[in-house]
Amino acid sequence: MENITPQLYALLVFMIVGSVVAIETRNLLSAVISVAAVGFALSVAFLFLGAPDIAITQLVVEVLVLIILIRGTILLDNTAVESHRDTLAVVTSLIFFGLLLGFGAMIFGGRGFPEFGEPVMRVSKVYVHTGLPATYCANIVTAVILDFRAYDTMGEASVLFTSILGAMALLRRDGKRKEEEVVAA
Amino acid sequence: MIGMTLIVKTITDFVVGFIIVFGVYIVLYGHLTPGGGFAGGVIIACAFILAMLAHGKDVAFSKLPEKAAHIIDSGGALAFLLIGWFGVTVGAFFMNAFGRGEVFRLLSSGMILPLNIAIAFKVSSSLFLVFSALAIFRRRSFRAMIEDELA
Repeated sequence: MENITPQLYALLVFMIVGSVVAIETRNLLSAVISVAAVGFALSVAFLFLGAPDIAITQLVVEVLVLIILIRGTILLDNTAVESHRDTLAVVTSLIFFGLLLGFGAMIFGGRGFPEFGEPVMRVSKVYVHTGLPATYCANIVTAVILDFRAYDTMGEASVLFTSILGAMALLRRDGKRKEEEVVAA
Repeated sequence: MIGMTLIVKTITDFVVGFIIVFGVYIVLYGHLTPGGGFAGGVIIACAFILAMLAHGKDVAFSKLPEKAAHIIDSGGALAFLLIGWFGVTVGAFFMNAFGRGEVFRLLSSGMILPLNIAIAFKVSSSLFLVFSALAIFRRRSFRAMIEDELA
């Protein structure tokens, strides 16, 4: 495998710049487009890292989200946002993050972390070694998410189902009531 | 005129079929090549969303009515669970009960292909529903909200 680090660094710099632009810009539409640019760069990064499954999903979902967000942004009349810094919120979140890190070190520190760059591979080893003979599935990513971790995928599907249910319930009610009112009037 | 210009409509009519075929390919070959039920389902949903953006909601809803989308959405989730329950016949929930076939063939790896198809149905119809909800119902209710505020 050839060295891909320079390309990845360039993509990372692009993504960081895009994120900063998305946060700092005053126009909501520009922010949405910057976020989309970051997402597309992430998709290319996945491709460089040799993960075409995730790259396809990221690209396709990014396109869909971009369409929905632009559609939603255009419907608003006033797309300029006034930014105001809430120092208290920043300080509180920093304190909580520090507490999280501290408690995490307290809990996991005793057992000892694995060395940096050498994660615990007990589960992944089983997947890699028995993936093909156990499932007869050529694409090991699909073998993992639909055979070894089918419960996980079922959870994802139910999360999607529930969120769609909630979105339809929240967004539909108003529209339906309006129609009924029009009919009644 | 409902929807976008004639150029956009013509190109959309030309392209939508290819997009759906590509989505179906991504779904069916999910266990052999990169892709799978989720990515393919989003691609199919994108085809319907393209039709809705170009032609307006009436044409899109005539191709895939809202009620049918609801049924496909729930049916996909149910099919996923049923395939999982089918594994109980050989042991446990989500056991691979189907024949495994031969590696690198389309009909291989047992339950993974049906699961991919179920997820694709579910994802495509539910994302179409979300877009229609956000694009159509939201606009109406948003306008109503502003009118209420002004009144």
